[in-house]
Amino acid sequence: MNPYIPHTKKDIEEMLKVVGLPDVEALFSDIPEEVRRRFQPLGLPPRDEIWVSRYIAGLAERSPGRRLVPFLGAGLYDHYVPPVVGHILSRAEFYTAYTPYQPEISQGTLTWMFEYQTMVCELTGMEVANSSMYDGATALAEAVYMAARAVGGKTVLVPKSLHPHVREVLATYAWAAGLKIVDVPFNESGQLELREIPEGTCALIVQEPNFFGVVEDLSGLKERLGKAFLIVYVNPIALGVLEPPGNFGADVVVGEGQVLGLPLSFGGPLLGLFATRMEYLRRMPGRLSGRTVDAEGKEGYVMAFQTREQHIRREQATSNICTNSALCALAAAVYLAALGPEGLARVALLSMERAHALAERIFSVPGFRPAFSGPFLYEFAVACEDPEAAVRKLRAAGIAVASPSLLKKCGVENAFLVAVTEKRTQEELDLFVRALSQRG
Amino acid sequence: MPTIFDRGQKGRRALALPELSRPEEEILRAIPAGMRRKNPPRLPEVSQPELVRHYTALARLNYGVDTGFYPLGSCTMKYNPKLHEDLARLPGFTDLHPLLPEEEIQGALSLLWELSEHLKGIAGMPGITLQPAAGAHGELTGMFLIKRYFEDRGEHLKRQKILLPDSAHGTNPASAAMAGFRVVSIPSDRRGMVDLAALKENLDETVAGIMLTVPNTLGIFEEDILEITELVHGVGGLCYFDGANLNAFLGRARPGDMGADIFHFNLHKTFSTPHGGGGPGAGPLAVAEPLVPYLPVPEIVKEGEKFRLRYDKPKSIGRVHPYFGNFLVMVKALAYILTLGDEGMREVSGAAVLAANYLRVRLKTTYKLPYDRLCKHEFVLSGEGLAPGIRTLDIAKRLIDYGFHPPTIYFPLIVREALMIEPTETEPKEVLDAFCEAMLKIAEEARTNPELLREAPHRAPVRRLDEARAVRQPILRYPFLENPPKTQ
Repeated sequence: MNPYIPHTKKDIEEMLKVVGLPDVEALFSDIPEEVRRRFQPLGLPPRDEIWVSRYIAGLAERSPGRRLVPFLGAGLYDHYVPPVVGHILSRAEFYTAYTPYQPEISQGTLTWMFEYQTMVCELTGMEVANSSMYDGATALAEAVYMAARAVGGKTVLVPKSLHPHVREVLATYAWAAGLKIVDVPFNESGQLELREIPEGTCALIVQEPNFFGVVEDLSGLKERLGKAFLIVYVNPIALGVLEPPGNFGADVVVGEGQVLGLPLSFGGPLLGLFATRMEYLRRMPGRLSGRTVDAEGKEGYVMAFQTREQHIRREQATSNICTNSALCALAAAVYLAALGPEGLARVALLSMERAHALAERIFSVPGFRPAFSGPFLYEFAVACEDPEAAVRKLRAAGIAVASPSLLKKCGVENAFLVAVTEKRTQEELDLFVRALSQRG
Repeated sequence: MPTIFDRGQKGRRALALPELSRPEEEILRAIPAGMRRKNPPRLPEVSQPELVRHYTALARLNYGVDTGFYPLGSCTMKYNPKLHEDLARLPGFTDLHPLLPEEEIQGALSLLWELSEHLKGIAGMPGITLQPAAGAHGELTGMFLIKRYFEDRGEHLKRQKILLPDSAHGTNPASAAMAGFRVVSIPSDRRGMVDLAALKENLDETVAGIMLTVPNTLGIFEEDILEITELVHGVGGLCYFDGANLNAFLGRARPGDMGADIFHFNLHKTFSTPHGGGGPGAGPLAVAEPLVPYLPVPEIVKEGEKFRLRYDKPKSIGRVHPYFGNFLVMVKALAYILTLGDEGMREVSGAAVLAANYLRVRLKTTYKLPYDRLCKHEFVLSGEGLAPGIRTLDIAKRLIDYGFHPPTIYFPLIVREALMIEPTETEPKEVLDAFCEAMLKIAEEARTNPELLREAPHRAPVRRLDEARAVRQPILRYPFLENPPKTQ
């Protein structure tokens, strides 16, 4: 009945004969009878492919939000994903393989991992990058764990302008490790205001651009932090136009890599970027591909510094991470290779020019003004008297923006976030302004 | 093999992007001078055909389940049905933003809810979270739950110990340590099972819990499972079950009936979603009643015909994922469960365990089988004593020459020169036979022509690689000739 099991009746009989058992049931005699007796099935009949295909496709049709024009970002962005990415990801030699434990037959994976690591270093200005974490949020949490171990303090400075969901994940991890989160406020520009650095600080986190879309000024921060880590949580598309955090002395750069060739996917799978400086190589989590040679002197790649990892070091490992987001990292590598340096900047610039054009028009509508005065790229916060009503008006016109409740979590009242990517058309921008200008 | 950085020429591009409507400098003025990027990243500059050929060439250097037999123990490298790949690419899933209001995402929430119900039924446990992105993430979440549970009872200061059989996956001790627990290793007995006497010695009021893999990494079912969980519960501890090996009893037994308090699934193992070269996977976590209040938020609940997100759970550990977990992986897992139904799932474990025992019996006269008893979905041989100077690594590399992916090697740690073999249920008997023949032939070669093994692989894209050198002289990113990186 199971379409994926190839054993015929004859195969089963022959195998049972070799094993010396009368039937398949006898293979499970070691499970306590009491346990087997308690078993209850789900009550599910088997289904054919056509049925399953229609059923799942039916579920896919039942989310009307997919058809709204997304001016919704807030951490995940509707950038253009070139078909070439999906086609390369469809190569079964990539997606049906596992961790490259046997390097001689995994050179494909190990080579793209090496390329990806290089690209992440280039984007971030860092010296070493791993081959992926689950997502930006857990990458950040692991960076904080690394900082706490390396520096020794228990206090983490977290701006109010950090993505609220990312902050919630971090808070879970921080609680478990006995770390204390101290809020860093923001000023009128929307940028963080680092007043004092308490004793026992192990890290300051800066989101770049921050959750409000505002560009943070990274200069001078590391100098003030001393040995405490400067951890920068980036949007890698923005690094097409922003100076890399490595040039400001960042100790760890993490970020959400969804924007690099991955669809929104209802929030998963995602891609956690993780890069640091060589001095912290042995403290970093995750898999690393390194170049070496084979027995004949031919260049090749292996998983390097595995002694950091759980399968070797067990409770002394730098992290418990095993399965990560490999295929998503491949997507990012292909995406970045397809764009090249100019294309990456272009995606950021196209998004910026559309965002700034839209912002200008929104802020000329009576009652709408910028929530912050700081510089932004392609996401910005719009302040108004009744943001819920504005969001409702937009939705009625077929437009999605981020819920004002997200900004509220950061302590920003009466505002909502608008994100614009290179995919948004002039018509969509017009529609947005028209909807917002409507009375009532 | 050249890297993508060795291909292409300056100025080449693979995509036609829209033109800017204003001069670049004008747009860039929005960014304060100090924050503007000065030097562009050194990304590849290639045409689309070059790009595609490069990655096609890389793909051909790889070995996947679609290439051939991949008996990597504890990883359950079963076939990944193609229907699932298409379903996970439906725009109704891929183009959906997770921060849309509830009424706009009912289809996706309904899918998650339905999968949750099935997984709860499979585990025989009443609570679930789909957030963990992988098995180890599930373990860590489970450790967080244990921590919160004892914190709530005011016992967290004394309950600092997590017990672990010495056969545990490396992620188990790493997850426990990451959550701040002290790990205590429990030896295995001669049967390859938890040594009950040693377990009892370590049981007291300081135990937070035990992490068990069922069946264990030797592929052996803990026959004393009910006694073990009862003993741990007896001192107030909790029982975490690592579900990596669920393929061994799917459709026949439930961890909830064995005394599990927390159980993680690996959707990329048991539920056929592809491993992706190392991810993404998904590690949903099922829990027993006492742990339900601590599960991550939001909880997906069904009210009438509507699905809602519930956040008002004051005892929750909070989020462990910024959204809902690896959604597209879950689409595939649900399709798999629906296709199989109860009977198909029962057949999975039947066929997987039969295949493993068949290989075990056929190979045990030639290879050392340190724990010789009925196995479940996998078993562990030892390469020790096959021939003088021959190591398990040599056997593994020689298997490559015969066209097979080697088994997991040097794990579990309690077997010297371990070869951990998991055939899964999706291999035809002819393939299992061919693998046996290759293993037997290799044993013969080990005696007659040991160099053949020591120098293997001979038929792979590269010969044996120098792993020590990659650490001694680390090259972890491309060494550009112009403007080389400052440190490398």
